[in-house]
Amino acid sequence: MAQRQINPTRMELTRLKRKLLTAVRGHKLLKDKRDELMRQFLEMVKKNMELRESVEARVQAALGNFALARATMQSAALDTALLVPGQEILLEADVRNVMSVNIPVFTCKFRNLDPGSIYSYGLGLTSGDLDEAVLSLSEALSDMIALAEAEQGCKLMAMEIEKTRRRVNALEYVLIPEMRESIKYISMKLDENERSTQIRLMKVKNMVLEQAHHYMERQNADFE
Amino acid sequence: MYKIAVIGDRDSIYGFAAIGVDVYPITDAVASAKKIRALAEGGYAIIYVTEALYAKLHAEEQSAAMLPIVLPIPGIAGNTGLGVARVRKFVEQAVGSDILFSDR
Repeated sequence: MAQRQINPTRMELTRLKRKLLTAVRGHKLLKDKRDELMRQFLEMVKKNMELRESVEARVQAALGNFALARATMQSAALDTALLVPGQEILLEADVRNVMSVNIPVFTCKFRNLDPGSIYSYGLGLTSGDLDEAVLSLSEALSDMIALAEAEQGCKLMAMEIEKTRRRVNALEYVLIPEMRESIKYISMKLDENERSTQIRLMKVKNMVLEQAHHYMERQNADFE
Repeated sequence: MYKIAVIGDRDSIYGFAAIGVDVYPITDAVASAKKIRALAEGGYAIIYVTEALYAKLHAEEQSAAMLPIVLPIPGIAGNTGLGVARVRKFVEQAVGSDILFSDR
């Protein structure tokens, strides 16, 4: 591994050790966050899939009804029938916080409380197919709004999970091993320094003793 | 208070006007992208786009904003599977591989 230039000092060692502790703790926390996010995501995706299937089926059925209405009515008459809508939807957006991911929650409000207000036309001049079509579409609406919530939630959670996963992996496979390596390098260097100091001291002590007592000279004299 | 909009070809969306959703019949990719941006700033929370048009729009912006929500719905031309593919993409992004739909 490419070793970064680090000073083999005691201060650096303490600093690195503290940093490693934080990194390990952060890694554990992020891992937990990722796991919990994943669990929630899978639940949400399942719900999302069901909603999407139901919405798609219902919207398509409604569109089919509209096609029927179009076939039995003059296009100009149909346009006039839907020209001025009798109903208006207003959404109130709330935020649900799932593991620090903000997911929208809507409450639906209708301007016109009369359920018949979706029929914005006179019944005399329009075909019955149109009524069917409008009704089927309005029934699909609540699911469509729920789908929007779920799908946005899935999207945001997927992004968050990806981000968290990258962080976990960076910590696990790059930062933490690198720090461990550095700590090992520094402690080895420090040990080495200590040993060399010890040896130097022993040597110096020998030299000093030699100068003071002249052991070698005496030894040589004894031999002669 | 937010509103809901639908964008797409006229035949697919004109019915939504009756139930109180604002409709914008646009089929051009550039014009609709502009429109979506304008609607996003204009107090719309959900913007439904027909699949045919959604496919023409550039790859989805990876915006982390909560609102607006832009999502595809089937148009008069039928279900192209784009909506499901989109969900599948989210799963792939989150999990790393397609685990939910491999059996389908």
